Amino acid sequence: MMRLSLPVLTPLAVLGLATMLTWVERRLLGLWQDRYGPNRVGPGGVFQAVADGVKLLFKQDWVPPFADRGVFVLAPAIGMMTVLLSFAVIPFTAMGGIAGGMNVGLLFILAMMGLGVYAVVLAGWASNSKYALLGGMRAAAQMISYEVFMGVSLLGVVMAAGSFSLRDIVAAQGRVWFVIPQCLGFCVFMLAGIAETHRLPFDLPEGENELGAGFHTEYSGLKFGMFFIAEYAGIILVSALVTTLYLGGGLGPVLPAAVWFTLKTCGMVMFFILLRAALPRPRYDQLMALGWKILLPLSLLNVMATGTIMMLRATTP
Amino acid sequence: MATTLSPARRREQTQSLPDWISTRLAPPGILATQPTRDGVCTIWIAATDLRPTLAALKEDASTTLMLFDLTAIDERGRTHREGQPQAAFTVVYHLLSLTSRADELRIKVPLGAASPGLPTISDLWPNANWYEREVWDLFGIRFDNHPFLRRILTPPTWTGHPLRKDHHARATEMPPYSLTEDEEMHEQHALRFDPARWGMKRHSAHSDFMFLNLGPNHPSVHGVFRIVLQLEGERIVDAVPDIGFHHRGAEKMGERQSWHTYIPYTDRVDYLGGVMNNFPYVMAVETLAGITVPPRAQMIRVMLAELFRIASHLVFYGTMAQDVGQLSPVFYMFTDRERVFGIIEAICGFRMHPAWFRIGGVAMDLPAGWDGLVRAFINDLPKRLDEYDAMVMRNPIFRARTQGVGAYTTAEAVEWGVTGPGLRATGLAWDYRRHAPYACYDQLEFDIPTAANGDCFDRVAVHVAEIRQSLRILRQCVDNMPAGPIKAEHPLTCPPPKPRTMHDIETLIHHFLGVSWGPVIPAGEARCCIEATKGLNSYTLVSDGGTTSYRTRIRTPSFAHLQMIPLLSRGVMIADLIAILGSIDFVMADVDR
Repeated sequence: MMRLSLPVLTPLAVLGLATMLTWVERRLLGLWQDRYGPNRVGPGGVFQAVADGVKLLFKQDWVPPFADRGVFVLAPAIGMMTVLLSFAVIPFTAMGGIAGGMNVGLLFILAMMGLGVYAVVLAGWASNSKYALLGGMRAAAQMISYEVFMGVSLLGVVMAAGSFSLRDIVAAQGRVWFVIPQCLGFCVFMLAGIAETHRLPFDLPEGENELGAGFHTEYSGLKFGMFFIAEYAGIILVSALVTTLYLGGGLGPVLPAAVWFTLKTCGMVMFFILLRAALPRPRYDQLMALGWKILLPLSLLNVMATGTIMMLRATTP
Repeated sequence: MATTLSPARRREQTQSLPDWISTRLAPPGILATQPTRDGVCTIWIAATDLRPTLAALKEDASTTLMLFDLTAIDERGRTHREGQPQAAFTVVYHLLSLTSRADELRIKVPLGAASPGLPTISDLWPNANWYEREVWDLFGIRFDNHPFLRRILTPPTWTGHPLRKDHHARATEMPPYSLTEDEEMHEQHALRFDPARWGMKRHSAHSDFMFLNLGPNHPSVHGVFRIVLQLEGERIVDAVPDIGFHHRGAEKMGERQSWHTYIPYTDRVDYLGGVMNNFPYVMAVETLAGITVPPRAQMIRVMLAELFRIASHLVFYGTMAQDVGQLSPVFYMFTDRERVFGIIEAICGFRMHPAWFRIGGVAMDLPAGWDGLVRAFINDLPKRLDEYDAMVMRNPIFRARTQGVGAYTTAEAVEWGVTGPGLRATGLAWDYRRHAPYACYDQLEFDIPTAANGDCFDRVAVHVAEIRQSLRILRQCVDNMPAGPIKAEHPLTCPPPKPRTMHDIETLIHHFLGVSWGPVIPAGEARCCIEATKGLNSYTLVSDGGTTSYRTRIRTPSFAHLQMIPLLSRGVMIADLIAILGSIDFVMADVDR
């Protein structure tokens, strides 16, 4: 029963959480910005997300006449699918996760994230509109380059744990969380993670002050909702990944693993939202320069340092 | 160039500008010297002398002259023109000297009724470009050799020239409006951007350019403003600003409203400036009427103007941070602005557009407890400003986005008619409140904040420093508010003072006329200028001795500043353009009027 229900329940739970996260974010932003945020629908406005969802569901399903219809419809589906599939390998508990034990779990997630770029690029291209195209272009450049050092920054963790399996990586953090020995990799991964989910300060593909709504300018209704929810699911995913890779996953005293995992993930999500409340947005070329000139060397340095230390450890008896 | 001219041609410091001009002109020379109520030297010259005179003034007048304003007057319905040459239209060139008040000069050129035209001066002062287009659009006066003489404020399909006296002013003077589908298509087609008309190429040697409509409805253009961008990737090759979407005919309305009822219209010109807009208007009317405003009213005016300066600068500060992607500051700053509005509401009963100034004073005296409100605010805001400095001005990403972006020099600023914080950010400590103190600014202490580089960051820094200076002025106002009347004892103040109305027939008649018709202001011309939130704002009023203005000219800072956008945006990225737009501090109502 357990083995059957998990694959069904996980995506539903992720969707539900992502939807709720839109409300959480708005309330938190409200708190930090000296205002209320949505507080009318239900207790504390908690049903706001539901109301928004219903609104999006009932909107006319409209495809602009100048868009490339097939690709236009496909793009948000790709975005949603890749994020949901990634959750399959996240080990929520020591045992859990749909395919938590997959021996190339980390590679699977990187592959899914790589595919996720298509959603944004295709959306920008298929919209056949200038703002969307500029957003799509920015997204392609940003996400592809940030994927490079996201992968490289993770190598340190893989080397230290000796496995691509997320469950093994968690297990390898029994003594000390990787955030301490791998702090350089952690920082690079965090920045790359923000760029991957295109959140402020790295929300250049959307950059509403510059590009209207960027790659999803022409989207409305449920298709827009899918991009929207995929973005929030992406935040949860990256937060869960950071928890798994650097913060010891479900490891922790007293409380059960699932609770620790949830707490750590929530903390990361809050941090993401706080970043959005606090920082302005760098320019596109500054973002690329930061990536290639600083983060890539740093992540390479991290791999080298990890390798050197491991070699020294292995040779000293 | 000035350096190649013989020294004899250069003006002696002791010689006044009109004398110097008259020695250089062939007969008939200066046609007339017109007395004006505002004391600005006004001379008439023939159309043929215009270009040589202005070229000489530009090159060797030994003073820095800014083309402050360029406008026209339709003289055909005017009766009081004593001492002025025959003219159906007059084109007015207003030159402002930044170095000496004595060198301020107004040059008028008389034109006939049949196809009036003049040579362009946009090669001498680049900012003449839009002004000449505006005069062409609204008066139908042609400027020969102008690079792009097309309508600027009205739609390209408009017929007639609205500020001509024979053009209708109200919808009721026209047949009912209808828009058929064909006409709609025609209108839309007319708005379509054609690069060829602007002499722009569609391709470079190795790529096609993308033409992007930024606006008229775009989150970062601060209103209805359209910039057509010629893009190579995300880099801007060239930009064409398109204005006029917010044009409401404020100047034409001035010709239909009584002197008194026009005041609320002025509030809405720079809609963030509130009563600051009343200031130059009522001062100009008072200059025409010869009213001296009592000291308490002056101080109240200054206090409200500075409150509005703070409110406007706070909006600027917050939206600027938002334009570079920082979400939160705008909320904090709007909270502070709410407090300013709280004070303004307590004093005026309105928040954004109180229309509080009156001809001869202000509408009412200050309410009990006003000083406590203002004091609490000026004690509290500096702490908050310190926080914002940490949050915005010292933020490394904000700095990276704004430093070195959109920079111009003092010389360029003067060439393009830039005033206000945009001019001071280039390093020139020039403030109209110092240059020609009005109201009671000569009795108040304040510094003129400047910066060095004239880039986006410096413009923000100057704005922030000005908020602190305004707080300083406010404190002096609270500490030194004089007692006394809040309106002048003068028959032309409006509404007229009431106490003696029922006691003698003379006052009763004045009161009755002042209330029913509105005041009848003596014929004459006057211009009053203030340092508004965004730069110099001036009202030039021509009275023909009636109950309404004959011509109301509103010179706004934003109009001049927007003209610089193509210059600043060539070669930068779209994101930089957004930062530049944010740092210019404009509102479209102030541009289009």
